[in-house]
Amino acid sequence: LRRRGRRGSKMAANMSNVEDIRSRVLLGEFGVKNVHTTDFPGNYPGYDDTWDMQRFQKNFTMDIVDLDENCMEFDMVGIDAAIANAFRRILLAEVPTMAVEKVFIYNNTSIIQDEVLAHRLGLIPIKADPRLFEYRNSGEDAGSEIDTIQLQLKVKCSRNPRASKDSSDPQELYLNHMVYSGDMKWMPIGNQADVFADANIGPVHDDILIAQLRPGQELDIIMHCVKGIGKDHAKFSPVATASYRLLPEITLLEPIEGEKAERLKRCFSRGVIHLEELNGKKVAMVVNSRLDTCSREVLRHDDLKNLVKLGRVRDHFIFTVESTGVLPPEVLVTEAIKVLMTKCQRFLNELDNTDME
Amino acid sequence: MAGEGEKKPVLEMVQADGADEGCVTFVLHDEDHTLGNSLRYMVMKNADVEFCGYSITHPSESKINFRIQTRGGIPATEPLRKGLNDLSDVCQHVLNTFQVRFCFRFNSN
Repeated sequence: LRRRGRRGSKMAANMSNVEDIRSRVLLGEFGVKNVHTTDFPGNYPGYDDTWDMQRFQKNFTMDIVDLDENCMEFDMVGIDAAIANAFRRILLAEVPTMAVEKVFIYNNTSIIQDEVLAHRLGLIPIKADPRLFEYRNSGEDAGSEIDTIQLQLKVKCSRNPRASKDSSDPQELYLNHMVYSGDMKWMPIGNQADVFADANIGPVHDDILIAQLRPGQELDIIMHCVKGIGKDHAKFSPVATASYRLLPEITLLEPIEGEKAERLKRCFSRGVIHLEELNGKKVAMVVNSRLDTCSREVLRHDDLKNLVKLGRVRDHFIFTVESTGVLPPEVLVTEAIKVLMTKCQRFLNELDNTDME
Repeated sequence: MAGEGEKKPVLEMVQADGADEGCVTFVLHDEDHTLGNSLRYMVMKNADVEFCGYSITHPSESKINFRIQTRGGIPATEPLRKGLNDLSDVCQHVLNTFQVRFCFRFNSN
């Protein structure tokens, strides 16, 4: 090991650990090693690392582990971190959605200030398929039916005549004193009533509290929603979050049994290590390393830390995508992949144009 | 989204006087690490490329300087074009695999 200070020491590559360096990230006691991708042509003698589409297609697999209405967990194996990260970044910032952009406040006598109210309205997710709309051109002020959704919020709070004299519960005393996102009504413009007849356009959730009112206060607001991307403002991001982690790998360097096995089991997350009964003694076996959170607790125990090798598989990504409800998570992933393809196409066209000149 | 009226540059090429066609810095506008890092990986996988790197000149400006140096006198636009095509093909393959897997899961439920 040559020590290079804080830049990290490099492992000497010999026959036995070349595969390890190429494909595993090592979790050590004080640092993480072999993080970067090194399999570029020329780095390893005897390996042909030039890009080969057939080899990539042979090694690449995907597996959908968990899927429900809003959340999806899937695996991507055989791809590099640069591309997996590109997908993650696009899911967060470049898949378009519709969100409230312009708020026309005709009357706001509540105690919520105009700008705070407008900010809150912008963050409400709007259930409208953004693929059916276009971006608004930067010069235009008035929206047309192809790029704008119009919503109205008109609530007036009044005293409940049927409330009993000595109650103090606002639920009973006042009518319409809580303004929820369910009160936002869609006002179709142009031919939207025909085109979106069965899609009920409006907020995804009906129970988001926007403001509270007292008798005599009212809100009279018209909102215009436009198409945008998360890069511009976070309200346009279609995911609650999208993240990935690498598959952990735990290797036991020698058989661990008895009381040490019990302690080893407690060092990892539940379900990772299972104690088998062999010849009357309990032997530790790694059953499901995917469940581990890689806390490296085992490296804090002096008698256990040399018996275990912790690492992560560098090209196995466990993605978790949680949608805000605008689009189902599988649609978001396909849209993100298409966005990256569009980016490449844009520069390919530009290269062709400059070549022709 | 696209500028109308005046034409905004999308891709520029900067080359030092006297350098051959193999050493070029491309300026990609309206891009960041998303395309920069993934394209850098694809171009580095090309055996003809001697150097490939990208940098973001200033975080307030959304453009990247993408530099390619080739060996053997190959013009630098070739590895760039190949990298873009390869990245596009990777995305297409990922998309197909995902859709197959999703239909498989959907039908088996």
